[in-house]
Amino acid sequence: MSAPLLEVSGLTMRFGGLVAVDTLDLTADRGRITAVIGPNGAGKTTVFNCLTGFYRPTAGRLLLRHPGKGEVELQALPGYAVARYGVVRTFQNIRLFPRMTVLENLLVAQHTELMRKSAFSIAGLLGLKGWRDAQATALDRARFWIERLDLTRVADEEAGNLSYGVQRRVEIARAMNTNPLLLCLDEPAAGLNPRETAALGELLQGIRAEFGIGILLIEHDMSLVMGISDRIHVVDHGKKIAEGTPAEIRADERVIKAYLGEPDEAEVPPEVAQDMPELEGPRA
Amino acid sequence: MARTLPDRLKDAALAAFVALLLAVPFIGLTTINTDVGLRVATRWDWVLWAVAIVFAGRILFGFAADAVSTRRRRTEARGPLVSEAAGRTLGKAFAAAAIAFAVTLPFLPFSDRYVLDLGMTVLIYILLATGLNVTVGLAGLLDLGFVAFYAIGAYTFALLAKFFGFGFWIALPMAGLVAALFGVLLSLPILRLRGDYLAIVTLGFGEITRIVILNWQSLTGGPNGVGGIPRPTLFGLSFDRRPQEGQQSFHEVTGIAFSSEHRMMFLYFIVLLLVLVCAWAVWKLRRLPIGRAWEALREDEIACRSLGINPVLVKVSAYATGGLMGGLAGCFFAARQGFVSPESFTFIESAIILAIVVLGGMGSQIGVVVAAAFIVLLPEFAREFADYRMLLFGAAMILVMVWRPGGLISSREPTLTLAGGKQPAESVVRGVGS
Amino acid sequence: MDAGAQLGLFLQHLINGVTLGAIYGLIAIGYTMVYGIIRMINFAHGEIYMVGAFVGVTGFSLMALMGITAVPLALLLVLVMAIGFTAAYGWAVERVAYRPLRASGRLAPLISAIGMSIFLQNYVMLTQGARPKPLQPVITGGFTIWEGPNMALSITWIQAFIILLTVALMAGFTLLIAKTPLGRAQRACEQDRTMAALLGINVDRTISLTFVMGASLAAVAGVLVTMYYGVIDFYIGFLAGLKAFTAAVLGGIGSLPGAMLGGLLIGLIEAFFTGYVSGAYKDVAAFSILILVLVLRPTGLLGRPDIEKV
Repeated sequence: MSAPLLEVSGLTMRFGGLVAVDTLDLTADRGRITAVIGPNGAGKTTVFNCLTGFYRPTAGRLLLRHPGKGEVELQALPGYAVARYGVVRTFQNIRLFPRMTVLENLLVAQHTELMRKSAFSIAGLLGLKGWRDAQATALDRARFWIERLDLTRVADEEAGNLSYGVQRRVEIARAMNTNPLLLCLDEPAAGLNPRETAALGELLQGIRAEFGIGILLIEHDMSLVMGISDRIHVVDHGKKIAEGTPAEIRADERVIKAYLGEPDEAEVPPEVAQDMPELEGPRA
Repeated sequence: MARTLPDRLKDAALAAFVALLLAVPFIGLTTINTDVGLRVATRWDWVLWAVAIVFAGRILFGFAADAVSTRRRRTEARGPLVSEAAGRTLGKAFAAAAIAFAVTLPFLPFSDRYVLDLGMTVLIYILLATGLNVTVGLAGLLDLGFVAFYAIGAYTFALLAKFFGFGFWIALPMAGLVAALFGVLLSLPILRLRGDYLAIVTLGFGEITRIVILNWQSLTGGPNGVGGIPRPTLFGLSFDRRPQEGQQSFHEVTGIAFSSEHRMMFLYFIVLLLVLVCAWAVWKLRRLPIGRAWEALREDEIACRSLGINPVLVKVSAYATGGLMGGLAGCFFAARQGFVSPESFTFIESAIILAIVVLGGMGSQIGVVVAAAFIVLLPEFAREFADYRMLLFGAAMILVMVWRPGGLISSREPTLTLAGGKQPAESVVRGVGS
Repeated sequence: MDAGAQLGLFLQHLINGVTLGAIYGLIAIGYTMVYGIIRMINFAHGEIYMVGAFVGVTGFSLMALMGITAVPLALLLVLVMAIGFTAAYGWAVERVAYRPLRASGRLAPLISAIGMSIFLQNYVMLTQGARPKPLQPVITGGFTIWEGPNMALSITWIQAFIILLTVALMAGFTLLIAKTPLGRAQRACEQDRTMAALLGINVDRTISLTFVMGASLAAVAGVLVTMYYGVIDFYIGFLAGLKAFTAAVLGGIGSLPGAMLGGLLIGLIEAFFTGYVSGAYKDVAAFSILILVLVLRPTGLLGRPDIEKV
């Protein structure tokens, strides 16, 4: 196995006195699904926010091995540029462009490339051939993902009018339209019914197999996490408390304790956790 | 919810009481300036009328509102005026009709100087609102100081003419560029601001621009303004009866008898051309990555960032594009008036332009055209009540907003579609359909 | 000029600035409270202040007509009259132009407010005349604090009155918000209107009262300005409103102490800029400071910083 695609080392994020993430190490590989789990408020979303350029970490190194551009330190990039190096995310509370259609949402995702090919709108305004070809290619890509995620029927609907489950799929399709190396999904199964969750699992496994990209997953739905993850990191109070394959994690004492607290509460099944809303430190 | 008559009377009595409170100090009492100070005068009969009108109006309005709400419950609540697909066809038909009308207007039998003048005013406001529509309607960046770009465009031409003797056609692109550059400069410090803060800061910029123009006497002539701005020429031909030295005039070269109306028509066509070009450009830009990024920014800035879009560039380009069009409008304004002064660039202009954008329905070009015509022509029709024009204007702004908070055209036209078996790429490139 | 005279001049600007700032602060409270509770710029608030000033002028003229010459009594009556009538305007503005638009996003109410502002300006112009209204000085005289060889530092009674009344009003107002059920209801609505309604707070009434209170303070500011400058016209609301809003934003919109601080700062900036730099550009100075503050600290001086939600 070659060096990992993403190598997070010593990641620390402090908000005033609160340490949301504490010297965390994490790796993600191409062609593998890596899950980050932990109780509510453990700091998982903060890790994502650091990784995808929304927070500047207090300390630590986020090293991305980009096949074309070499080694990139994500924490040194301006926030918006992270996606240009192939690290793209979805959001816990779904952030589509609600008054734009699904198709438009997917084209916005290809902005950086299209902007260059429209020569910053000049070629576009003139309707030059190079631009028309680029536009056609972009549409093909969007169409591919629309079909792939079964969105054909709603492609021309405004995204804000769609049901929750469909919006989740649109968000994943939009992320995939950026041509990512690493897809970071923040609780993609939240709000989905069991059938939708199962379909999501299949979809993610399909994407991993077909495109060989890395997938980083924050999820509370243990059936999904245990079913599709290649590797799981367990975070509690900003620190990593365990790491391993699904089987190893399932048997880990510390994990059970972190989730269920003291032994007298042990009757509570782990599935209960998935229904609770996520509350991360900085947003409270 | 049919209410009982006593309820209605009580409600109306309350409204009448408030009307009384409002009317007494302003309608009932007034002060008249005399040589020895203020003299109090009373108009109690007017107060009585005002109270009676409010009382009766409140009762009638109550019945009318009930009727409307019952009907509304039966149909769809506050939906678009027409269905989306029908709206699109209607929109295309309207656009074609509007352009045809605008092009033929100068040749229509009722067309005279007054009509042309009014037409030019409407077109200037359409141009301004088209520019502001990019900033506010598409990119969602509130701007209450748009008049600054208008002023900068106008003064750019005025000063270039005064100091360097530039003509309209050379000054036009420069005015646009200078205004766009100001758009970039102004947008840089306020990139982090949102919503209402943005509104107030842009308002501040608008006022600063006006105050600077007003006080920089040596450059701008202060309150006296800049005069003697040259008229536009047609390929070097002047529309004056006696052109300046070394210039030929339109009527001499073509042999058409001189008429001062030709100059009006010429000016009219210039601004019409500017409007058509800018409207086309915005239409086109909306279908390009930059335009989609504007709209995406309006919808969700954080999602934009997560997709690798640099919000700074998107915002700056929106301000610059809007500013460019404001500058072009200003340059034309200067050419048409032959004179500019700070008085023309007060906050009320910004308010009117923003009102056009919002009344029209944010982001809608057709809405801009309808709203601009409405806002410019309404006070004209109210000419008999010359003094009451602005009063009615203010009241109309409130009423239209209460009636249709989303503006006249609140549905959004997608920039391209997958449906209908059409080749979207084709239709986008050729500029038909979608 | 010797050092003493310079200090005297400085203190004189300070007094002028504080007076001006007190007035801006009174208007700014109306902006900040309305923004706090319904998150909108009540663009017509400057006009409400102008309405208050006109009621003040009419009131003083009426007092003269009725032969009430005792200054404290006349002043009290005029203030009560101005507060009462202007509050009615504040209430009506909210009821007519804003309440129907409460669920319609941010732009529609803003446009409606601009429309209301235009309407009120023209309404007052039509009913009261376009010419400026002069007013005989009501409170005259003053006292000299310090006298040097070249200049004297003095504070006029009207300045003292403005400053003291403003301080008293603001103290009373702070208590009102902090201690009374109305203040509690208001703060509850600011935090979460739906929840407040569920807990039995009459949200509509609370919002109406917010407008009434803001208008009352603006009315006082209007009367004070009339007395201070001795002349008003129907256009004074625009610039004063703008600066008061600037003050509210500068202090941190939604914060009462912020509005007072912001008003004071804007008044001082204006007075010192006029005194030492240029009177023509004093408004530029105020706006530039505003922009600077917002760029460096977008939530204003005393506003709560909010962390970006992702």
